[in-house]
Amino acid sequence: MTAISEVPAQPGRAAILIPRRRRRIKGSSIAIFAFLTMVSLFVAIPLYVVIVTSFKPIGEITLGQIFDLPVHWTIQPWMKAWNELCTGLACDGIKQGFFNSVMILFPSLVLSIAISSITGYALALWNVRWADGFLFVLFICAFVPFQIIMIPLIIVVASLGIFGTVWAIALVHAVLSMPLLTLIFRNFYKDIPRELINAAIMDSGSFWKIFWEIVLPMSGNIMVVVLILMITTVWNDYLVGLTFGGISTKPMTVILANSVITSRGEAIYNVNMAAALLTAVPPLVVYFALGRFFVQGITSGAIKG
Amino acid sequence: MPEVRFEHIVKRFGSFSVLEDLSLRVEDGEFLVLLGPSGCGKTTLLNLLAGLLDVTGGRITIGDRDVTDIDPSQRGLAMVFQSYALYPTKTVEGNLRFGLSALKLDRAEIERRVSWAAQLLQIENMMGRKPSQLSGGQRQRVAIGRALVKHAGVLLFDEPLSNLDAKLRTEMRLEIKKLHASLHQTIVYVTHDQIEAMTMATRIAVMDQGVIQQIGTPDEIYEKPANLFVARFIGAPAINTFDATLDMKAGRVVARHAPTAIEIDLSRHDFRTKPEAGMPVVVGLRPEHFSVNDASRDDGAVRMALPVRYSERTGSDATAFLEAGDQLLAVRIEPSLMSGLRIGDTMVASFPTDKLAVFDARSGLRM
Repeated sequence: MTAISEVPAQPGRAAILIPRRRRRIKGSSIAIFAFLTMVSLFVAIPLYVVIVTSFKPIGEITLGQIFDLPVHWTIQPWMKAWNELCTGLACDGIKQGFFNSVMILFPSLVLSIAISSITGYALALWNVRWADGFLFVLFICAFVPFQIIMIPLIIVVASLGIFGTVWAIALVHAVLSMPLLTLIFRNFYKDIPRELINAAIMDSGSFWKIFWEIVLPMSGNIMVVVLILMITTVWNDYLVGLTFGGISTKPMTVILANSVITSRGEAIYNVNMAAALLTAVPPLVVYFALGRFFVQGITSGAIKG
Repeated sequence: MPEVRFEHIVKRFGSFSVLEDLSLRVEDGEFLVLLGPSGCGKTTLLNLLAGLLDVTGGRITIGDRDVTDIDPSQRGLAMVFQSYALYPTKTVEGNLRFGLSALKLDRAEIERRVSWAAQLLQIENMMGRKPSQLSGGQRQRVAIGRALVKHAGVLLFDEPLSNLDAKLRTEMRLEIKKLHASLHQTIVYVTHDQIEAMTMATRIAVMDQGVIQQIGTPDEIYEKPANLFVARFIGAPAINTFDATLDMKAGRVVARHAPTAIEIDLSRHDFRTKPEAGMPVVVGLRPEHFSVNDASRDDGAVRMALPVRYSERTGSDATAFLEAGDQLLAVRIEPSLMSGLRIGDTMVASFPTDKLAVFDARSGLRM
């Protein structure tokens, strides 16, 4: 009791502070910081140039001072890139490419995620004959470069009668992403407790019902990871869109390349830079919006009931 | 309620054999506990019945239906799992409803059953909650509820209480017993906990290494263990066992324990197999059959005066450990005796010879 009553009387002595040793910066962390700084500058410097150039009037660009900030800031190049950029003879801007990319994106996402999640679910939680062999073949497929199978794929897609449509692009994206996505889903579903699936098998026994009602609602985290992965892949893709898309279904990247890489006429650098940035923005927006869940998704392995 | 039969069940994983030619009948309305140490094949047997594993050979029937090749959801069973296995994204009500999804019932019947189970298990006020918002005991109730709504003839339990704390375990034990008394379902219950087995079962099947060592009522298992394994597995503190040699002495059979020179008169023992002189045996003495410090009686009891090594008290009980040659002898004593007990004191413990268990040392079987 005496000890307690003494505390308010001498507030200065109530807490004994043990001085903490200051952490020293180690040599290894200096090396890591130096390395990381170099890597980020490697990305940041060109990005900086692209951004400042896109806000400069063409007169300032011709001076050649690429690192200088614009003297007169202008959003004119951005407007032109969106509305008036020329691809060959058509000068409709890059906006048509944006809409094409969106049209390609959604079927690609739905198709690839549907196929891979169901395959991963079957491989992880049901007794599938030859499951290990199938997984191995799938894994090998992940290492086959797209360029090798491009022409046979074109023939296959053409024989399906969908060549030149968004469905062709979506289908090819689904096929190409299947190895990686199936592995991701399979590993995620492997961590669902066995007893939970056994309970569902005894309660319902239906492959589809268990997937829809039990497994899919538990897949939130991994869905976000896969969504970000696929949105970035599909949006940034050039080759599939170029080879499988028709004239009217060219994605944004293809239109961008067609406009920017010209051997004739003058290069309007500010508009080109703005167009490039416009093309790059959507995946960034998605990443910033869902990034929080992305980290959760890749760190949360186990699901506890 | 149907009976369950296992007929000549064989289960191998690759070349590793878990069960070889096991047959077992679970009677109508019976509460059968499969009891055994880890890895004895009891959970495998339950999973075979549930259909979660396929048999390598043999036949399983429920009622008069051969279910060996029938899907788990169509076998007319319900199961409660060790980890509860509640669906984490569904509410309590959703969990109960999903339990009925294979049965194709009309809406009114589903409502009726869900509210019946909720009321029976007193989980009505948590129907809207997710499993993660429930305590261990509540989850267990929901898991049992999900099994009960099916109105299955056979209910399976796979160590359902092992994740609960001791107090809750005792409560749930009683509740499961009450459920069985009122619903009369056939229950197959797997556990490694002998107290659960002894308190709940109408019959116990003790398993070891894929073989049913003995099947009988809890009393039979405890009082008349069929072999050494069962005798040693059941009972806490464990049965005392002595290696001894049989001898004939003036027409009476005695077992002689060499290290202590104790002679146990077996003339009152009801031998199942004929005793022979020189035969190595194991004599089993249950700790609670000893009586302590009453030298007055002369009823042919085995009497031994041995030094006390240590003692322990477990609430209502106390056990003294006496030094007998190179081994310790556990003796149940009155807790009131414990206070006067000192290490090194000599205690006279006597054992009525009709309570002895004698096993053939070579085969391990009861004699």
